[in-house]
Amino acid sequence: MTLEMSYDINGGDFAAAGEAATKIKRALKQIGVDTQTTRRAAIIAYEAEMNIIIHAYRGTLQARVSPEGIEILAEDEGPGIPDIELAMQEGYSTAPERIREMGFGAGMGLPNMKRFSDEFHITSEVGRGTKVRAVVSSPSAIPPTIPPAGWSVD
Amino acid sequence: MAPERFHSVSLLEDKCRGCTNCIKRCPTEAIRVREGKARINAERCIDCGECIRTCDNHAKVAVTDSIERLRDFRATIALPAPSLYGQFDQRVAGDVRRIYRDVMGALLALGFDAVYDVAYAADIASFITRTHIESGATEKPCISSACPAVVRLVQVRFPSLISHLLPVDPPIQIAGKLAKRIYASRSGIDTRDIGAFFITPCAAKMRWVREHINPGGETYVDGAISVAGIYGDLLKNMGAGESGPSSLSDTASGLGVGWGASGGENRAVGLENYLVVDGIHNVIAVFEEIEMGRLASVNFIEAQACTGGCVGGPLMVKNPFVGRVNIRRLAVGMREASPFNEQEESHIMGLYRAGFFETREDLQPVAAFKLDEDMSKAIAKMGQLEKVLEDLPGLDCGSCGSPHCRALAEDIVQGLAVETDCVFKLREQVKKLAEELFYLAQKDPSAMSKPDKTGQGQ
Ligand code: SF4
Ligand code: SF4
Repeated sequence: MTLEMSYDINGGDFAAAGEAATKIKRALKQIGVDTQTTRRAAIIAYEAEMNIIIHAYRGTLQARVSPEGIEILAEDEGPGIPDIELAMQEGYSTAPERIREMGFGAGMGLPNMKRFSDEFHITSEVGRGTKVRAVVSSPSAIPPTIPPAGWSVD
Repeated sequence: MAPERFHSVSLLEDKCRGCTNCIKRCPTEAIRVREGKARINAERCIDCGECIRTCDNHAKVAVTDSIERLRDFRATIALPAPSLYGQFDQRVAGDVRRIYRDVMGALLALGFDAVYDVAYAADIASFITRTHIESGATEKPCISSACPAVVRLVQVRFPSLISHLLPVDPPIQIAGKLAKRIYASRSGIDTRDIGAFFITPCAAKMRWVREHINPGGETYVDGAISVAGIYGDLLKNMGAGESGPSSLSDTASGLGVGWGASGGENRAVGLENYLVVDGIHNVIAVFEEIEMGRLASVNFIEAQACTGGCVGGPLMVKNPFVGRVNIRRLAVGMREASPFNEQEESHIMGLYRAGFFETREDLQPVAAFKLDEDMSKAIAKMGQLEKVLEDLPGLDCGSCGSPHCRALAEDIVQGLAVETDCVFKLREQVKKLAEELFYLAQKDPSAMSKPDKTGQGQ
């Protein structure tokens, strides 16, 4: 059983920043993925979404959810990353000054994504774009704490 | 509904006209209009009071304790919320403190034997909060546990933030704990025969009180009485008596009183790098940010469900902004500095280290949004939900009785609603049906139809 979600992201669209990640997060909660796994996946999705908004022209953010794990795929059309190793260092950022002034692009994106994932792959082609795949594995369901919801009159 | 799960906000069935106004404002999507009545899901409701504020028919109310309950105890103590002071305008210029004294006196005139000022307990809570945050024991940003609607919001919608909630007792609990002890030792009356009543600005605190009644052990606060419910009597008795000997607490500082309005908690805790957010929908926006890993550099988040803080509580009388100004004035007039000397601080620290001020409550997530206990089934339902949603008009009009199309899709998948609850879907169905009827009406019954030329009649 796998659930797939896919969202189109536009470069520079700060007004919609975080919307796709929020939707993914909401779905994970409804599915009953445990809180820590949800949080990790949400952070990865958010960073991926922000990377597209800050650096690329356009892209897609996808999430595949199964009882075995959550896979997050981000693909963009953009300038690409010339030196991935450098980009993976904390604090390294190519975000323009005006974007950093808005509080984005402090250079935590990629390292953060890697830190929170169990598997992490990134490929990039200068002048074409970047692909990221991150996996957070084996979410466990929240143990049942409540009787099933019902609508009561009171 | 689980019988032990009390919530204060309730529906007055006969006043509810099923207008669907309240369902959209509810931060946890806890309300559905079914059979013309706005029903509340007890699991999801966090008692924030948004629906009380929204309902023009006054069909949503907060259930609180009546003043009659004072008779159930040999002795009673009033625990006034700091925000209560904001309900009275300054009458005599230059003497703001008088309101403070008058309120205390008016509470005694209502029949209480003593008063313990929750604002003084807030002074204690401020000191402990600062110490606790500085110790680094709780994940940053630390979130205040003082507003029970916010705590419940975390449990229901942001369970991953439970570890950010400060395990420090809220002022109401500190007040209850200390008040009963002090009164018992002064009067010789057993703590079980002493009733402590919080004078509450909100439904959330009422629920908190009910949930913390401990039949097997010590109960710190026995009931909650709504500010609006006794406001008239308080006004009548303002200046009726002096609180002096019946006050169990010392005089609070302006900082403690400041807890009654948003921003006051932070001013009292006095740490750098803090954030103040009030209004439940704003709180949600900030919590979404924390969940995305942002705001990690913030030390302390003061979050209150009500706009303006507790002065904006649904059981308050004054406009929240007027209430806030009143609180500020009183706070400034009462010296905004910690009321404790070094010796008192070390005494508080001793009690804190002994665990006296630290809630040992084990807060659990409330999985009220989970589609199914079985994850594979939940994933399947999620897929179904998306499909159903695609078919709905996406107008989020609320006419179906669910807050938006997505919520209706969820209800359909859970078997709690059907597609034709959507008026547009219903119209489509009616149209289809009408077309079928029209088609059928045009057809002649076979006994009457003429044979066609090939002789193969129907
Ligand atoms: S009190 Fe708040 S959470 Fe409860 S039903 Fe009303 S709006 Fe929803
Ligand atoms: S902000 Fe204050 S008044 Fe409002 S729900 Fe929270 S505790 Fe109650």
